[in-house]
Amino acid sequence: MSQLNQHVQLVFDEPGCAKNQTKPAQERKKGCTKQLAPGAAAGGCAFDGAKIALQPITDVAHLIHGPIACEGHSWDGRNSKSSGPLLYRTSFTTALAEQDIIFGGEKHLYQAIGEIVAKHNPPAIFVYQTCVPAMIGDDIVAVCKAAAAKFNKPVVPILAPGFAGSKNLGNKLAGEALLEHVIGTEEPEFTTPYDINIIGEYNVAGELWQVKPLLDELGIRILACISGDARYHQVASSHRARAAMMVCSKAMINVARKMEERYGIPYFEGSFYGIGDMSESLRQIAQLLVARGAGAELIERTENLIAREERRAWDCILPYRERLSGKRVLLITGGVKSWSVVAALQEAGMILTGTSVKKSTATDKERIKELLGQDAHMYDNLPVREMYRMLRESKADIMLSGGRTQFVALKALMPWLDINQERHHAYAGYEGMVALVREIDRTLANPIWEQVRRPAPWEGNPLGRNVSVEVA
Amino acid sequence: MAKVTNSSKQCMVNPLRLSQPLGAALAFLGMDRCLPLLHGAQGCTSFGLVLLVRHFRESIPLQTTAMTEVSTVMGGVENLEQAILNIAKRANPALIGICTTGTTEVRGDDLNAFLAIIRARHPELDSVQLVHVSTPDFSGAFQDGWAHAVTRMIEEIVELPAGLREPRRVNVLPGSHLTVGDIDELREIFEAFNLIPVFLPDLSGSLDGHIPEEFLPTTLGGSTIDDVRTMGNAAWTIAIGAQMRGAAITLEHRTGVPYRLFERLTGLSSCDEFMEFLSRVSGASVPRRYCRQRGQLVDAMLDGHFFFGGKSVSVAAEPDLLWTMTSWLHEMGCEIQSAVTTTMSPLLEEIPTAEVVLGDLEDIENTAAGADLIIASSQARQTAERLNVPLFRIGLPIFDRLGTAHQTTVGYRGTRDLIFSVGNLLISATHEPTPQTWATASAESSQSSTEHLSLPS
Repeated sequence: MSQLNQHVQLVFDEPGCAKNQTKPAQERKKGCTKQLAPGAAAGGCAFDGAKIALQPITDVAHLIHGPIACEGHSWDGRNSKSSGPLLYRTSFTTALAEQDIIFGGEKHLYQAIGEIVAKHNPPAIFVYQTCVPAMIGDDIVAVCKAAAAKFNKPVVPILAPGFAGSKNLGNKLAGEALLEHVIGTEEPEFTTPYDINIIGEYNVAGELWQVKPLLDELGIRILACISGDARYHQVASSHRARAAMMVCSKAMINVARKMEERYGIPYFEGSFYGIGDMSESLRQIAQLLVARGAGAELIERTENLIAREERRAWDCILPYRERLSGKRVLLITGGVKSWSVVAALQEAGMILTGTSVKKSTATDKERIKELLGQDAHMYDNLPVREMYRMLRESKADIMLSGGRTQFVALKALMPWLDINQERHHAYAGYEGMVALVREIDRTLANPIWEQVRRPAPWEGNPLGRNVSVEVA
Repeated sequence: MAKVTNSSKQCMVNPLRLSQPLGAALAFLGMDRCLPLLHGAQGCTSFGLVLLVRHFRESIPLQTTAMTEVSTVMGGVENLEQAILNIAKRANPALIGICTTGTTEVRGDDLNAFLAIIRARHPELDSVQLVHVSTPDFSGAFQDGWAHAVTRMIEEIVELPAGLREPRRVNVLPGSHLTVGDIDELREIFEAFNLIPVFLPDLSGSLDGHIPEEFLPTTLGGSTIDDVRTMGNAAWTIAIGAQMRGAAITLEHRTGVPYRLFERLTGLSSCDEFMEFLSRVSGASVPRRYCRQRGQLVDAMLDGHFFFGGKSVSVAAEPDLLWTMTSWLHEMGCEIQSAVTTTMSPLLEEIPTAEVVLGDLEDIENTAAGADLIIASSQARQTAERLNVPLFRIGLPIFDRLGTAHQTTVGYRGTRDLIFSVGNLLISATHEPTPQTWATASAESSQSSTEHLSLPS
């Protein structure tokens, strides 16, 4: 069995994943990726997922070994922020040409690594496998090994060619690469009983920085965030943390679970989205740390901070209540985030008319029902045409979704807010929820909606909305 | 004039080049009721899709054959068949434009044979036009893919001319560097000469940002299959950009319609040539509105030349766009400090600069220090920021500006507006003089020694 296949099997059989473990043994082996339907597929490939998961490590040179399309179309596309090094935003690729296909691209790759070392001398280089070199049989593991020896620095092969499967699988394969080659290879300068890892948080739009000040205030140190705003050294020495939080649903669960297995770092699954979830996460971090030797007073300090911050957040949201009360929200997003923000929207007086549950587990669905009552629509798969019709018929006042459906909403003349990876606003923690409510209000209150929905005076009324006409 | 060199690097840094399949897909997106299909892994489609969505701020119909490791090795005929059937069922398109990718080209999928098999198995697909184009992403670049797709559409769709030529009808083959706004502008010009233009492809119909009644899974607007089928009846073909020469020749061979290639339509002399040609083939004199616009352009050149003359500009773009911009800048009195492009073109040697590098944006970063302006896509934003040189965005992708599809640079009016937008950028980057600006060498050293003296201990 090829190395790639072994890795794929490994991440598919994930004891830490509740969804995976409820399946019969045979199905478990097949993994969680749905068979992709040619001509009706959407979403990124495994390489995409691997790059999303690792590229936020800011001081590493990320080198993509493949033809131009893999990197040329996607670089400088994500909005992960750095507090220091910017090397991660420089794009490196071997941009394979015809000769490489014929003669093999190994030498080309090796020389490319050499050029990066000469120009930037980064603490590490990550080399991403893609479909074409995987097909022609470039042994990038061997090249990385040779380059690491020659240049005396970590050169890490990331084996997640696009055709291996979905983006989610790519996240996990990236995690495997970290476990195999990075985590545990260096030691932190010092440790404290208050060291944690945050796994699966990518600091999109700077969201980590909405959470970090709270942890700072509690004296909790982020030993490593995997991988938002991380440095290579932090990830390499992350095995000395006392506890870990796993964010972003199941993307890197293999990292969290195996770090528990290997290094005894207990973890919990939490979210920074939503006021209740944020508080719960802080609580769990404190409890895990105390259980592992931090001073017991941490729990009380955490509760005090939670009480203060919650009060402040609700106070900030209150003024919007009057304006937002009764507004109907359609929330279309992948799984977990859906219910994380529901409470805040409800607190601001809004009504959830429906939400997508495509990536949600059975427990998630129960929780959504609890929050929304029996009347809320849960869409397993809402076809674009259907979504457009709903929006045109004004079955909601605003849609919150990812970029993929942005123009469905806008073309239906429907207020829309980006809550996915490409978003430019940060919505994490207490500050983030207040920001989300503020953004919703700002969007809904915009005077363009009334104007753009009005048909041209010489046209009929295509949307079937009542427009009163006064003739002077 | 210019020496054309290949970047000798093994590691491309900050790529400028986009792939052939994406260029081909965009050409198909200029066709009405079309759904382009990339034959490769799903990432090939999703990366390209996101790039186009960010650029156009529109939803982009683009599908994938979702090749897996196994199907890639065994051959993709089943995936292609399923994809076509799925698309036909769900989207009911008039045209499916199939572009290969690196993976399926390496394996050597024979699309001619595949489509023959699929056609034989599925007579129900007879009403769907299928056009495939070979676009490996390990060779060529975006504009090559675009040009190949247009050539393939001519080969597959255009019928032999029947009956009399329509003297007012002209075929227009725009290069990939023309925007929606450019095509709108050109259409207006043709119509002013009483000509009837048929664009292949026509992004101004599909990606101009209109509000549809219903949300379709295909393009909505663009050239129709019927428009293309009857191209042989036109009196002339006008190709814009050297990349379109091959397509124009193919059309001529097939139908006998003569072609005229305009390498660019930006700049006074290029526009004059174009107007004169249109006047000749239409038999109409140049409409008064264009005489007036010509005057406006001349006036803009007079007003603008103060800010352009002697300025150094570094340009990174695909060959036809590079040619257009550098020629126009040269005509405005600018020096081309450095030029980087993506793929070969006969025009590169003619570019008014010392050297044209087939390279990346690092090559611009290494050569544009001290320039007054960089002209490139949004992907040069980090470079420009690091060099502290203003960036004028052209080409694709432009993801951090509004209205990119409507940025118009062709014709007298387009050139005039280009002078204004680039000129304004140059004006706002003017350095204010300080008492030290004209300091003599000795004054400068005494200044620095004073500074030195005033430093605390």
